[in-house]
Amino acid sequence: MATSAAVPVSRPGAVLGRAGGGLARGIAVGYLSLIVLVPLAALVWSSRSQGLHTFWHEVTKPEASSALKLTLGVSVLVAAFNAVTGTAIAWVLVRDSFPGKGIVNAVIDLPFALPTVVAGLVLLELYGPSSPFGVDVAFQRTGLVLALLFVTLPFVVRAVQPVLLELDREMEEAAESLGAGRLAVFRRIVFPNLLPAILSGVALAFARAVGEFGSVVLISGNIPFKTEVSSVYIAGQIESGNPAGAAAVSVLLLLISLGVLLAIGAFRHWRTRHDR
Amino acid sequence: MTAKHALRFGALGYLALLLLLPVGLVFYRTFEHGFHPAWAAVTNPQAQHALWLTLIIAAIAVPANTLFGVVLAIALVRHRFPGRGLVNAVVDLPLALSPVVVGLALYLLYGTGGWLGGLAGHGIKILFALPGMTLATIFVSLPFVVREVVPVLREIGTDQEQAAETLGAAPFTTFRRITLPAIRWAVGYGVVLTTARAIGEFGAVSIVSGRIEGKTETLPLYVQSQFEGFNTTGAFAACVVLALIALATVLAMRMFRPNDASLAMPFGGRGGSAGTAVLTRFGRRKGYGAESNVVKEEA
Repeated sequence: MATSAAVPVSRPGAVLGRAGGGLARGIAVGYLSLIVLVPLAALVWSSRSQGLHTFWHEVTKPEASSALKLTLGVSVLVAAFNAVTGTAIAWVLVRDSFPGKGIVNAVIDLPFALPTVVAGLVLLELYGPSSPFGVDVAFQRTGLVLALLFVTLPFVVRAVQPVLLELDREMEEAAESLGAGRLAVFRRIVFPNLLPAILSGVALAFARAVGEFGSVVLISGNIPFKTEVSSVYIAGQIESGNPAGAAAVSVLLLLISLGVLLAIGAFRHWRTRHDR
Repeated sequence: MTAKHALRFGALGYLALLLLLPVGLVFYRTFEHGFHPAWAAVTNPQAQHALWLTLIIAAIAVPANTLFGVVLAIALVRHRFPGRGLVNAVVDLPLALSPVVVGLALYLLYGTGGWLGGLAGHGIKILFALPGMTLATIFVSLPFVVREVVPVLREIGTDQEQAAETLGAAPFTTFRRITLPAIRWAVGYGVVLTTARAIGEFGAVSIVSGRIEGKTETLPLYVQSQFEGFNTTGAFAACVVLALIALATVLAMRMFRPNDASLAMPFGGRGGSAGTAVLTRFGRRKGYGAESNVVKEEA
């Protein structure tokens, strides 16, 4: 018994040693503060320091509020569209088989890897003034939607794919044997199982669309009241020497991002309530 | 089977129109007049400088985020401390936040009148210089290594680490001999994602760099400035360089995780320590690939 008492009994929380744990924690919190928290605190502080009145004035300026409405509107549209196309693509990748499927599967990650400005430029080349198809959506809201669809493509696909892969086929077979049509099987069996994954993918796509800058800056033309989204508005305000206006709208975007993350976190927490 | 085919062609058509044709067309346009003009466009001094600057920033940001990403992941998974939930949320924030907001936050912090704006007076130039651009890049590419390593650490549990500790291993030895071999593929995957994001970052860097041509212009910024200056050959050639880096990234991602047996194969082949067995189990559960069963049978 004496020997076992001499061996330090580890709690799961102290595996790397008490001192090492304190160090890891300190480094982690310090790094995160230096890189992320202090700059964001500076942003919130500078938008607050001018007072709530100035903040409200900057946010409700016609150009700012029009950009914000457009941003939210297109982002909702793009996220909803992704819910359908993303699920369809994931379905094709998991349940269908055709030659070259591996390549298609790899290509889905391209928008994650491709720099956003390159995405904007390649879309502008195919669907802009010099389009070989004769479709010109440059400097229009359609162009904006197209750019956002490009950059948000992987989110729903990559969220749904693993869930669909693990989904038990027996449920579907049982439903089919009981006489359910293909649509009924999808609506009553597959869809409810996929819904949580679809929703978390949609939420991420929405957050990405709200903040997107690089891909829309070339194709949208940034026309105020028409194709100017909030991120482009912020960049414009910085360039024209109005950091207060830029900071006010930025704080709103920051709040939207936090809201989306909290919603995803809360949803995940609720969904895994039976595992805990 | 018409519904099935309609779905297949619908999905593939959508991908072709949205991804493949646009990217393909830019490749075509770049080499339309032969290889030489494109080569001349990427080898001119301004383009070369932009490429070097991009690589230097990535060479600082990626190791920093790898090292601190692993430490962050360990702190998040292995320790309970006040504010852990907050740290967890903050790690995800760069994924959901507009890069322009990131740029502005750094601009306000290090700019004139900012909390750390005084640094410029002491000869430490952060804004419109390499340090600011690097800080912006580190910010936006911070989550990737952490997010890849956290689930692996959670999955492998603490049994082996505790065993090593019981056998008298020092904390660092435990980390080097037990934890690190188990997480190295997740770290590798995270590094690939971090690199892609660091090289491609546009919004945040465009604000803190001041876009001084030939000085603080990275390759993505160069693409924009050349395109807006009607030098489409230069813009396209730079695009192709960036797109090739992106394609290499996608290939590397497939290499690290081609399907759900991906982690099992490299691990099973080497070493064969207890840690690899655990990761093999993890590897089967994670990953997206659809042809996993085929590969497993082959393996």
